[in-house]
Amino acid sequence: MRLTILGLVVAALACGAPVDFEHDVQPLFAKRCSGCHGAQQQMKGLRLDDRESAMKVIVPGNSAGSTLIVRVTSTKRGFAMPPIGAPLTEAEIANLRAWIDAGAKWPATAAKAVAPKHWSFLPVHRSPAPDVRYRAWIRNPIDAFVLAKLESENIEPSPEADRRTLLRRVSYDLTGLPPTPAEVDAFLADNRPDAYERTVDRLLASPHYGERWARHWLDLAHYADSDGYEKDRGRLWAWRYRQWVIDALNRDMPFDEFTIEQLAGDLLAHATVEQQVATGFLRNTLTNREAGVDRAEARFEQIINRTNTVSTTWLGLTVGCAQCHNHKFDPISHKDYYSMFAFFENAEEQNIDAPLPGEVRPYLEALPEYRAAREKLLAEYRIPEFEAQWEARLKQAYTNQGKDLEWDFQLTEFRAGYDGERKILTGDATNRSRREQDRLIDYFVDHIGPDFSKNKALAESLKSVREKLQALAAALPPYTQAPVMETDTSISQSHIHLGGDYKNVGDPVEPNTLAILPPLAGEQHDRLALARWLVSPSNPLTARVTVNRMWQEFFGIGLVRTSEDFGTQGEAPTHPELLDWLAAEFVDSGWSMKQMHRLIVTSAAYRQSSHARKELESRDPENRLIARQSRLRLPAELVRDAALSVSGLLNPEIGGRSVKPPQPKGVAELGYANSVKWVESKGADAYRRGLYIHYQRTTPYPLLSNFDAPDSNTTCTRRRRSNTPLQALNLLNDPVFFEAAQALARRVLLEDPQPQTRLDYAFELCLGRPPQARERERLSRYLDSERTAFLTDKKSAAAMLPFDIEGTTPDQRAAWVATSRVLLNLDEFITRE
Amino acid sequence: MDVRDFARIQSRRAFFRTCGFGLETAALAHLLARDGRASVRTDPLAPKKPHFPPKAKNVIFMFMEGAPSQIDLFDPKPALEKMQGQALPESLTKQLKLAFIKKNAAVLASPRKFEHYGKCGMELSDYIPNLATVADDICLVRSMHTDAFNHHPGQLLLMTGSTQFGRPTFGAWTVYGLGSESENLPGFVVLSSGVGTSGGASNFMSGFLPSTYQGVMFRGSGDPILYLSNPEAVTKDRQRAALDTIRDLNQERLAETGDAEIAARINAYELAFRMQMAGPELLDFSKESQATLDMYGIGKKPMAPFATNCLLARRMVERGVRFVMLMHASWDQHTYLNRDLKKNCDITDQPTAALIKDLKQRGMLDDTLIIWGGEFGRTPMVEIRKTSDPENAGRDHHPLAYSMFLSGGGIQGGQVVGKTDELGFNITEDPIHVHDLQATLLKCLGFDHTRLTYHYMGRDFRLTDVAGNVVDKLLRA
Repeated sequence: MRLTILGLVVAALACGAPVDFEHDVQPLFAKRCSGCHGAQQQMKGLRLDDRESAMKVIVPGNSAGSTLIVRVTSTKRGFAMPPIGAPLTEAEIANLRAWIDAGAKWPATAAKAVAPKHWSFLPVHRSPAPDVRYRAWIRNPIDAFVLAKLESENIEPSPEADRRTLLRRVSYDLTGLPPTPAEVDAFLADNRPDAYERTVDRLLASPHYGERWARHWLDLAHYADSDGYEKDRGRLWAWRYRQWVIDALNRDMPFDEFTIEQLAGDLLAHATVEQQVATGFLRNTLTNREAGVDRAEARFEQIINRTNTVSTTWLGLTVGCAQCHNHKFDPISHKDYYSMFAFFENAEEQNIDAPLPGEVRPYLEALPEYRAAREKLLAEYRIPEFEAQWEARLKQAYTNQGKDLEWDFQLTEFRAGYDGERKILTGDATNRSRREQDRLIDYFVDHIGPDFSKNKALAESLKSVREKLQALAAALPPYTQAPVMETDTSISQSHIHLGGDYKNVGDPVEPNTLAILPPLAGEQHDRLALARWLVSPSNPLTARVTVNRMWQEFFGIGLVRTSEDFGTQGEAPTHPELLDWLAAEFVDSGWSMKQMHRLIVTSAAYRQSSHARKELESRDPENRLIARQSRLRLPAELVRDAALSVSGLLNPEIGGRSVKPPQPKGVAELGYANSVKWVESKGADAYRRGLYIHYQRTTPYPLLSNFDAPDSNTTCTRRRRSNTPLQALNLLNDPVFFEAAQALARRVLLEDPQPQTRLDYAFELCLGRPPQARERERLSRYLDSERTAFLTDKKSAAAMLPFDIEGTTPDQRAAWVATSRVLLNLDEFITRE
Repeated sequence: MDVRDFARIQSRRAFFRTCGFGLETAALAHLLARDGRASVRTDPLAPKKPHFPPKAKNVIFMFMEGAPSQIDLFDPKPALEKMQGQALPESLTKQLKLAFIKKNAAVLASPRKFEHYGKCGMELSDYIPNLATVADDICLVRSMHTDAFNHHPGQLLLMTGSTQFGRPTFGAWTVYGLGSESENLPGFVVLSSGVGTSGGASNFMSGFLPSTYQGVMFRGSGDPILYLSNPEAVTKDRQRAALDTIRDLNQERLAETGDAEIAARINAYELAFRMQMAGPELLDFSKESQATLDMYGIGKKPMAPFATNCLLARRMVERGVRFVMLMHASWDQHTYLNRDLKKNCDITDQPTAALIKDLKQRGMLDDTLIIWGGEFGRTPMVEIRKTSDPENAGRDHHPLAYSMFLSGGGIQGGQVVGKTDELGFNITEDPIHVHDLQATLLKCLGFDHTRLTYHYMGRDFRLTDVAGNVVDKLLRA
């Protein structure tokens, strides 16, 4: 080791090139040291961008005696510098030594080292499409950028995929559903030069488009149908937000509006119910209802989550690092973080009436009678009087804690379980809304408290009130609500929380955007201003981050692979000019997502064959040069949709409540204290698309976890694609998929009466193409051998498909179920192509 | 594609054909690799070597969810008797945060009898007489502490090193680092008896690691692994015939597209089939001796489900499963401490001791690291929710000082590490934070905990977050 260093020093000296501060030393400090010892932060009071301060650890002329060298050459953990990342290289250390030994010259003229601004913080620059040789390949400007890069590497693009592949690919990408045989035939028969573009337009206009792209957005929002944490209570109205996303995408709501409504729809002038529903984006934060939880801490955690989710979704930045300290790598300070945090400080959760079309009249008509019956019932059992006593006692327990153990517990439970507990305990009962009062009465009837519990007769009578109230409410026509955000003007000042600790309050901060980015316009610094700033022309990140995620969905990997991190630790774009061109185009198109999707899927780059190219496998194993398309496994929800769709079971209804398809016993039971109840959906609801499956955070539906759906606890910008035996078992043996195999068999036997073409029909239903000769031969051999086997095993045959189809025999039906099951398990079936 | 490429693909396809349908996928991958298709990825679960020679090859984490009361099981505090019914001194409780009870809650002395056991003279409670018989094989830690005082955050910290969501769990890290030795069982298996836990699936998820590393739930009833059994009408032969067809058709597609993911899919289906075959054998206890079954308490109430899981854990480790997480819930005795703690001990005490003895008699204990404990401890003060019922007394959450025990691979048994003050309130000697425990456990598995990392969101993450020191005292010299 010593020899090596010596050797290097000797080599450096022998070269005779003197070490230059501005060339060799200052950039090293800037790159490796000034995150903690620089302008933003001066740990141990040291800054290495300032001569005077730096000399505290440097002895000019004596490198061995300089603390700087001692620390960067140490191998002792906790002592060695830098504490994170790779140690300095031997060459870097040799330079530092040589510079110090030569007197540590630090020219006064040396500019304060300012690291050049990171690429993603610079304005979007729209370059003209580059010139290329193979012009005939170009379909739109995207291709020029892709091809220019390929040509610089002397690589030709792949030929266009065949039409069947193309149709299947673009159908899954735009609607999440496979093309029907009729759609395939129509496309193949369409000789017009723009047949493909017409198909793209048809798919973009399909209401299933909104479903396909909503799911991607819901990953970012980390949507779920339950609270998360221990109690993981269901969220009855969460789906209203999902519905809003589907509708907005189907209407091609411009992305700037889409942003503003989700972050601040409630603050728009004359906000409509739908605009308020959009703020459900911010309601996907987890709620910890463990009774022992400190409410202030739980609320703090929620605001942290909102800050991080918004920053990753729109800015592609991992600001979460700055929750506890200045970001070690990116120019985001601790103060910056809490300035962003401050936008959400006064946002409070609220549920509003958000009736669906057709609900209002029947509800309002039934309401007077309901109210009268309710009031009568309450009065009869003296509930308002008892509730007032209970409430007074609860408030007393609140102001006088530790005096009565039973009331202490009652209070703890109330604070964890009742949304808006603070207002009840500290507010004035006289200006309470009727809704609030009703909700409190309902809570009281459910939790009558220790005093009333001791009076057995009274407790019994209150129990009967509970049942009667429930019966009254059940008879009332439905009136849908929605989870939204609203501003609580009583909360004003935000503070830095030192070390990310909610109790450790530092300096006050005002809502503001990150200092590294262009400033916020206007006087009013609220959520609305933040949302408008995110989509303002001066912010370079939002458009870049958004088009990059689109690219990722269509090609498998983004132009920036780290779609969650556009900071200095993220990956640089493979095609920076293309990324910027797309970003500029997105803004210029009026932020139309459909138009961008159309542009990408009609490019020659997108339309390439996905076949692997041997000559590129070592050169470009991940296909980052885009010399071909990629075969991508379908996301979890679409694996389900594919099976339901080809078997004819799918209920194509758009939107609505979440559903609970059949799930084996023992899954929901893993939830806390058996509190999660999975009541299977009946009838057509059991066959709805994957994105409508109720997402229970602590016990997710197995198919979703098996096929890499995110856990919904934090934002997810890109899913993984694993390939596991559990996926195989899921497709082979899950009753849902077996039922799909049965239905597919039935469909084939009913729809194609010709035994000699059935196999081709089934194959085409599943894969959008006829089998090749060898595939046909293999499947047909299997079908025959199954028939033979089932002829002698009549019991199994009957169990495979327990109902008759005219003109078929049990062995034939059973063999068809088996064959259908094979088709639904092919790699190609769960792959885009 | 030029003519030469086309010819090559054709000839490769011809080769697959002539090979017939019995072509092993490994051979296939090899063939593709030799053919220049180097991107056939290596199996993410292939066994890997850690940083230095490991002491333990396998882990059995006996996760006692809900926080067992250390004061009534592991850490005798006779001094509490003198203070029974009084509040703790204010100096102790000034900074205290509690989940349910208030700072002025009264002291509750343990009614349990403690005796010295084993050559080492370890003091243990009368609720765990069986565990007492293996005192010389366990290392009792009385000085654990943690940062969280509610269940879900506490469990996240214990399992993932952070109270934030999205990090991989200890089991996932282990399999990520070491791979799996089993050809036909998952590398990380979760066993549960009784009710669910506060953390649910987040206690065994893979977080930002690929889902290949997440724990696979073994279930107490129905299919041991979800969807392990064929649909009712599909016999083993029919399943094999279906799988052969699926494999052949997938191979056709592989030859056509050259996509290595298809080779991985073929492998996954073969592993799935082997799991189907191995599952019943694993669950079949008929070759276990009666003495073994009796030792665990198989079929005996009330411990049967837990005993079955303990025996299963041994059989899994024998068959190469890297990490078994064996959960029992819930030890959250806020109320009815005496009754419910006894119930938990009656279920877990005998099978736990049996597992340790059994592993030892088979020479497996040296390779197997056992961890027993929960996410925090319980207060020396009483919690009462029903003043009218004297039996109602329980204890609240206590993160400042609690007990766990370790045994086997790399751990020095027959010792007690750490001390608490006479009230059991604070640690007085050898504090061991959850991160320190994690660093030590990883050391037993052969890892420097600062170097077992995964790059995500712009930085390297690890199980011990940014902390953790190996506790040498716990390790066998």
